[in-house]
Amino acid sequence: MAQIVKPYGDTLDDGRVQLSFTLPVPCGPRALEAAREIVLTWGFSECEIAHAAAMADSFTFFVAYAKTEHGIDFDLVKADVDESTHPMTMDETDEFIRKEIGRKVIVVGACTGFDAHTVGIDAIMNMKGYNHHFGLERYQMIEAHNLGAQVPNEKLIEYAEKCRADAILVSQVVTQKDIHIQNLTRLIELLEAAGTRDRYVCVAGGPRLSNKLAAQLGYDAGFGKGSYADDVASFIVRKMVERKKNEQLLR
Amino acid sequence: MREKLGLSKEKIAEARERAISIVEPVMSFVDRHTSVTVERATVRLLGADGANGDGVPVPNLIVDSLGGALGDGAAARYANAVLATELTPAELNDRVAKGFDISKIPMSDRAKVHAMGEQLARQNLDRVDQNRSFREQKLRQYEGRNNNPLLYLIVATGNIYEDVKQAQSAALRGADVIAVIRTTAQSLLDYVPYGATTEGFGGTYATQENFRIMRNALDEICEREHRYIYLTNYASGLCMPEIAAMGALERLDMMLNDSMYGILFRDINMYRTFVDQKFSRMINAYAGIIINTGEDNYLTTSDAYEKAYTVLASQFLNERFAYAAGLKPSQMGLGHAFEMDPSIPNGFLYEYAQAQMAREIFPEHPLKYMPPTKHMSGDIFKGLVMDTMFNFVSKATGQNIHLLGMLTEAIHTPFMMDRYIAVDTAKYVMDNMADFGDEVEFRKDGVIVKRAHEVLDQTLDFLREVERLGLMDSIEQGLFADIKRPKDGGKGLEGLAEKADEYWNPVEQQLKSALAVR
Repeated sequence: MAQIVKPYGDTLDDGRVQLSFTLPVPCGPRALEAAREIVLTWGFSECEIAHAAAMADSFTFFVAYAKTEHGIDFDLVKADVDESTHPMTMDETDEFIRKEIGRKVIVVGACTGFDAHTVGIDAIMNMKGYNHHFGLERYQMIEAHNLGAQVPNEKLIEYAEKCRADAILVSQVVTQKDIHIQNLTRLIELLEAAGTRDRYVCVAGGPRLSNKLAAQLGYDAGFGKGSYADDVASFIVRKMVERKKNEQLLR
Repeated sequence: MREKLGLSKEKIAEARERAISIVEPVMSFVDRHTSVTVERATVRLLGADGANGDGVPVPNLIVDSLGGALGDGAAARYANAVLATELTPAELNDRVAKGFDISKIPMSDRAKVHAMGEQLARQNLDRVDQNRSFREQKLRQYEGRNNNPLLYLIVATGNIYEDVKQAQSAALRGADVIAVIRTTAQSLLDYVPYGATTEGFGGTYATQENFRIMRNALDEICEREHRYIYLTNYASGLCMPEIAAMGALERLDMMLNDSMYGILFRDINMYRTFVDQKFSRMINAYAGIIINTGEDNYLTTSDAYEKAYTVLASQFLNERFAYAAGLKPSQMGLGHAFEMDPSIPNGFLYEYAQAQMAREIFPEHPLKYMPPTKHMSGDIFKGLVMDTMFNFVSKATGQNIHLLGMLTEAIHTPFMMDRYIAVDTAKYVMDNMADFGDEVEFRKDGVIVKRAHEVLDQTLDFLREVERLGLMDSIEQGLFADIKRPKDGGKGLEGLAEKADEYWNPVEQQLKSALAVR
């Protein structure tokens, strides 16, 4: 049976939504009416402008509350992530590697292109990790190489080859004008041209990245906001084992 | 400012002594060397400007033509060319842009060349003098109209004309300082692009023309609001001194300008950075520009609670490097940040302690305080509360340059409305608790006092260790920000040269004499 859900304000199915936005018009009664009407064109059935303020000569800021009649069938929604496999803890991952792989897993990571923001790759790789989730450097069974920021794709591949990496992590924080997509695509193209794509588990990460997008660009997985080293490490080692099994089956 | 923490004067003095002996050996290396960008900054301050059809700037064409003679400096070559061709610098620049190689002109009589070089340097430094007096006159005229602390906002659209709209709107709402953040690749370019630009990633190119466009836009608001609007850019990366020179010529008021940031966070060679930072800081000192140092970066890389002492240690070192370049304490915007994990119990007290500590140790310095970024989650509502805690500490401890936090940090480059909310709520908090700082004392054995003493003690231990190893070896071994940088590694080392006996630089001479720097 369909389970239709709607936004919840204070009563089930009231459809109440809170919005804030800016219009490039001077603040005044016409601006308020324009704001209200534009919200209605977005498919809302009611709209109340709770607050309007002049931010500059011809820019007005609004806070609006609106009501939607639209709902969604929750049973038909498929998540972007594979929820069936929960991430393992650091100790579980180390144990998994000992049992299933039997040697240290080598991971190379970098923030590529001109992107200078190491915060993402550091959160995953640095010993300290982020938000009480230790980074890959802390794992006993992972040898982690963090190359830092502004690493050219070519350099990253060269390094991965040199240290015989099992996985390549790429972080992209800057997304203005889709620079991250060009950068991420380029890495896969280079790997494919060299015929070494299948040697690595390729993982992309960044606050604006989704698993879907990463898959489209040819990565094995993508990790967005709220991901930790646990998620990344679990994915890499499971993927390695899955690949090994597939290879054995093919033989 | 009343002292409340009872910090040991002896310990603070010892930290400064240690900083002197850490910086001294680096400065003796610095004074014997020059770099491509020091020379380009020099010819810029003699009048070199413009670019050729491929976008290669005239200062680069001139300095590249020196080849192996970089150690002689570029000033004599440029002055000689002006003398021999009898062209104005502008006419000469045009010819250089079209392919004229000034290194081929035979050298005229040394005395005449030097006289010409000194005259050209004087003309350009006169323009810097005028900028400085104009700023001082406006600050006097509109005294008391700025917020305290100064509210600092960043614009970053990539398009200078779009930046102008955002900056004017922010200034009209009440921002006192506008920083045009640079495009993400610029710190690693070994040249400064020429002209107005409309394309950038995560920021806008720093060019002299962009500086001029934004300066004019902010001056408009200054006259309309009767409040001086400070303009900020980034004298960092591979072109520190050139950006400083351009900023001096176009009346920027603040420059991000750290002595070690490029080494640690941009992997620029350490010898190159140490040489470049001094020349850039002398220009900033002369131009009356307030530098902003980058200590906040230590806390976004490492844990803000555990590594608080690296911030204080870096402040002592930045202060010493700044003195060595002729900056006055009133120009040293030493940085720090409110970056602790919000789940730490009493985190607010620790932040308060550290901000108060910075205030007491650096009483005359315009401290630059940075908002939470690392632990901003995308929950804009909680983010606004974190920014509010930060605003409170900043006002209560008398910080000077307050970088406004954005509730949408970690989501996108700020929308106009994000900045509006930031200014509006910060003004509310700061007005509402205006004199709070003067009303409170701290318990002598309380959390706040203890924390400040602990961080000072850790800083002293750390500085002793750095002194024992030497600064460059300490960086090589990863003592700063857990980042290891080999001495000969990083970018830009090839652009460094030992000064030859022939080395001559009239800009450097005039700066040093005006600043009483050796």
